[in-house]
Amino acid sequence: MVCESWKAKLDTYLDGELPAEEMRTFDAHVRGCVSCAADALTRVQMKRAIQVTGKRFTPSAEFRKRIQQSIAPKPQRSFRLTWILAAAAVVLVAAALTTTYMATRSARNQVSRDEVSRNQASRNQVFSEIADLHVATLASASPVDVVSTDRHTVKPWFQGKIPFAFNLPELENTQFSLVGGRMAYLDQTPGAHLIYDVRKHHISVFIFQERALPPSLSAKSTSAKSALGADDNSLASTDLPFNMETWNQGGLRYFVIGDASSADIDGLARLLKAAS
Amino acid sequence: MPHFERLYNFACWLTQDRLEAEDLVQETYAKALKGFSSFQPGTNFRAWIYKILRNTFLTSRTGLKATATVPLDPEDEEEILPSVSETPESILLQRSDGQLLEQAMEQLPVAYREVLLLCEVEEMSYQEIAATLAIPIGTVMSRLSRARKALRDDLRVRLQKR
Repeated sequence: MVCESWKAKLDTYLDGELPAEEMRTFDAHVRGCVSCAADALTRVQMKRAIQVTGKRFTPSAEFRKRIQQSIAPKPQRSFRLTWILAAAAVVLVAAALTTTYMATRSARNQVSRDEVSRNQASRNQVFSEIADLHVATLASASPVDVVSTDRHTVKPWFQGKIPFAFNLPELENTQFSLVGGRMAYLDQTPGAHLIYDVRKHHISVFIFQERALPPSLSAKSTSAKSALGADDNSLASTDLPFNMETWNQGGLRYFVIGDASSADIDGLARLLKAAS
Repeated sequence: MPHFERLYNFACWLTQDRLEAEDLVQETYAKALKGFSSFQPGTNFRAWIYKILRNTFLTSRTGLKATATVPLDPEDEEEILPSVSETPESILLQRSDGQLLEQAMEQLPVAYREVLLLCEVEEMSYQEIAATLAIPIGTVMSRLSRARKALRDDLRVRLQKR
């Protein structure tokens, strides 16, 4: 009966949630009290039994794959499939139009419009992959492989890992800070992924070789600003409310993306442009 | 995919149906991805994603049914002292009857089942559980205590029946 007050706290003690001082007192008590020690033992065994019983469901490989596909950056195959579908849609639309409407003129207009929308779809696909890379990285337990705020540490880390070199801006007296970097792959091309912070927002900067990327990107003039999700062809992930800026400079394609304000994205883009 | 297997296991315990659990996990990841900007870096990611899963469950048909039929525990009630006179644990463990425990856990009201799983299976701290369930730590402790008592009582009844 003396132990009543101890026993009331036994579970909290075994969960390791008593204040440190009380934990120590409890330790000492359990060592000396047979009744409490026996109770503690059975409860620990019960905790273990619940733990074992509680871990009884494992997901099927099929389900794992399905989830992976729904959240991972889109694989190359689906990229190609989108092209085929887009091309098929183009053919169907063109055929329907030619047979029903004013044959020659309408058809000619459609072809050029298709060309534009195909470029647009491909560009959106790339933007979508960039957005996915950005989100997947931030969700990762270790978002960066080289952790440093020093550009002179981060930049050399990429030596021998990517087939090009780039310059990073000096950030002193700016609101931006460098978090670190990691490798990124877009369209099976290696590139650099840098993460910057601005007022608790994370911004990703991706740098790839322009010639390794789909030509649709360079078809558009530099500094294309995109509010993702504006296009009907875009995939679900492009609905993410990110601001993004992309441009080509010295044969390199830059993407700056994040949920920071467009002014911040633009600010970082300017610094990068000035440094290159 | 962070916490995938654990989330799935937790979803199975909540829904008690594998297909429903798959839908729940899928919806959770979709919501997490979509609302990632609402996640504040530096805060607990695990609590955040479990919270999404749980909220999604609670608004599902099964979730609404499960919570509607069970009156929630009176949180401000006096702490119930755990019974010490009998220990169904020891009898259970002697018999090493895992099936009995499984049934008892399945029969627990959702509010008890989830808090017990987060503590014992997910090994979350009270703080993390409080963040996941959006309740104060004091409530975590009292609910956990009631859940354990309910499990013990249920086990005792089941053992007597055998």
